[in-house]
Parts: sequence; C-alpha cells; structure tokens
Amino acid sequence: MKNGSGIGVTVFLVGMLGLTSDTAHAMHIAEGILPPQWAALWFVLALPFVGWGLRELRVRSKEEPHLKAMVGLVGAAVFLISCMPIPVPTAGTCSHPCGTGMAAILIGPALTVVVASIALVLQALFLAHGGLTTLGADILSMGVLGAFSGYGVFVLARRLGAPWVVAAFMAGLLSDWVVYGGTAFFLATALHGDGSFGTMFLSILIAFVPTQIPLGILEGVMCAGAYRFVQTRRPEFLMMLTKERAA
Amino acid sequence: MKRSLFVGLALLVLAGILVSGWLVPEAEWAGVDEAVVEKFAKDAGRPPSKPLINTDQGDLLLFLFLLAGALGGFVAGYQFRQLFPPRSSSESDPSHV
Repeated sequence: MKNGSGIGVTVFLVGMLGLTSDTAHAMHIAEGILPPQWAALWFVLALPFVGWGLRELRVRSKEEPHLKAMVGLVGAAVFLISCMPIPVPTAGTCSHPCGTGMAAILIGPALTVVVASIALVLQALFLAHGGLTTLGADILSMGVLGAFSGYGVFVLARRLGAPWVVAAFMAGLLSDWVVYGGTAFFLATALHGDGSFGTMFLSILIAFVPTQIPLGILEGVMCAGAYRFVQTRRPEFLMMLTKERAA
Repeated sequence: MKRSLFVGLALLVLAGILVSGWLVPEAEWAGVDEAVVEKFAKDAGRPPSKPLINTDQGDLLLFLFLLAGALGGFVAGYQFRQLFPPRSSSESDPSHV
C-alpha cells in the first residue's frame, strides 16, 4: 500500500460520514432506553476498564515513543468507523462496524477501551449517536467486550497455530459479533420486565443477525488488512504487544 | 498482483453498496438502532428520549457529521504520516540501488 492509500482511505471515510445526517445507526443504545439503575450499574462496571487503559497509556508511552501517535491514529479510525453507517443489501438496513477488534490487536485491549470511550463520548455529545446516560453500557459493549474478545481471539488463534491473517480476520469478525451480542444482553437485562430474559435476549440477537453477519465479515477483512499493513510497513509497532503476550 | 486483487475487491464492495438501492428497492435502509434497538425498547415501554444535547435539528446534524468526519480524517491522516512517513524515491525505486 502506498502513502496515497492512507489519504484515500481518509477521504473515503470522510465521504461516507458526509452521507449521513440521521440519528444513531447501530449498536449505540440511545438516550433514555435504559432505566437509571441499569444505566448506573453498567457505568460503574465500565469505569475500572477506562482507568486501567489510562494507566497503561501512561506506563507504555514511556517505553514506546510511537505509542501516542498510534493511539491517535487508531482512536480517529475507531471514531470514524463507529459512526459510519454501511448499507447491507441482504438486510435492507444500515449498521456500522466497531473497529475495536482491529484496535485491540494494534494497540492492546486496555488502550482500546480508552479510545472507544472518547469516541462514544464525542458521538453522544455532538452527533446524537448513543447517549450520555447509556454511555456505560455502550463503553462496555463496544469498548470492553469488543476489545477483549478481539484480542483474546487473536491470541488464541495464534497459539493454536493459525496464520496471522486468519487470526486477525477472526478477531475482527468475532469482536463485531460479540459487541452486538453484548448490546442484546444489556437491552434484554433492562427491558425484559416480567417476561423471560432468555427469550428477549435471543429475539434481539436474532434481529441483529441479517445485518451483522455480512458486516462482521467486512470487519474481519478490514482488521486483517490493517494488521497486514502495519506488519509490512512498521512491524516494530506490533513487537511490544508480542512481548507483553509472551510475558 | 495482490495489490490489484485488493483494489478489485474493494471496488466490488463499494459498487455493491452503491447499487444496493437499485437491487433492493423496497429496503428502507433504517439503522439497526431503529429497526432493532428502538423497536424492542418501544415494545418494552421505554422509547428513546431526545439527546441531552439535541443536535438533530434541521441540517445541524449534517454539519456536525461533516465536521466530525473532517476533523477525524485530519487527525487520522496527520498521525498516519507521522507513523508511516513517505518512502524516499531511492528506497522505493530499485533502479536507484
């Protein structure tokens, strides 16, 4: 990939963003949907992960001079990707990839929680995308579940001897599906009322399937492409994560 | 060869997205938030409320999306150039070796 490709990708992302003017388009749980006690619970559960990520940013940036720039690049990518609705012809609906699986294998899962949180706050504040009261649930699903599932799948696949391209693809694919599974879980816990939690959870999950199966595949391809690019151009950026895994 | 394949695939996906409106004329292209999340929330008696900072008024949201896209694109491009600086011509052109 040449340098022009990065500019091309940026222009494409900006263009796609410009096509949207409607409210939230996917896993973001909108303002007011979650009852206050559930919203507060998810917020409290999300906070330690954000704190962990901030601590890791401070510690790792002393050892890795490129880290802050990499976090900036990945953070901007997560922000753009996670508010870019993509039409899915098989379902006739739109949804967005999350980018947190890709981010997790490039900068690590804890830092991914931080960049996802910043992206979600900006989207909730200015883009009517998600909500401030539902921020905890959104951080948990997109940031925490997306990052740790993607990273975990990548590490597991590599340990099982899968080629890196397969491992990166699986990280992107499964992290996307886990995010939407998480969203279904958070919604079902809060909304099932007197009905069955399991039935509600499965109903929401099944409703996501037609859109998220193709989008998960797209996210897997995107993840493998991004990993390949960094591995080809600056493999040393991925070395620190490999060392951490070995430790 | 690999590069051509990658570009071809990317163009195919982009073309698929662009012609999808013609292929599926009955589709409404609602976001899954509306088709799934809001639907279940409304059924459960908890419809979404207006955002605390309601930017969904007229073309304001369109402007903010464009601004966010431009700023996000600028940050991504700036960091990209810092992390992956352009290769010098002697590095990329084998005839200079």
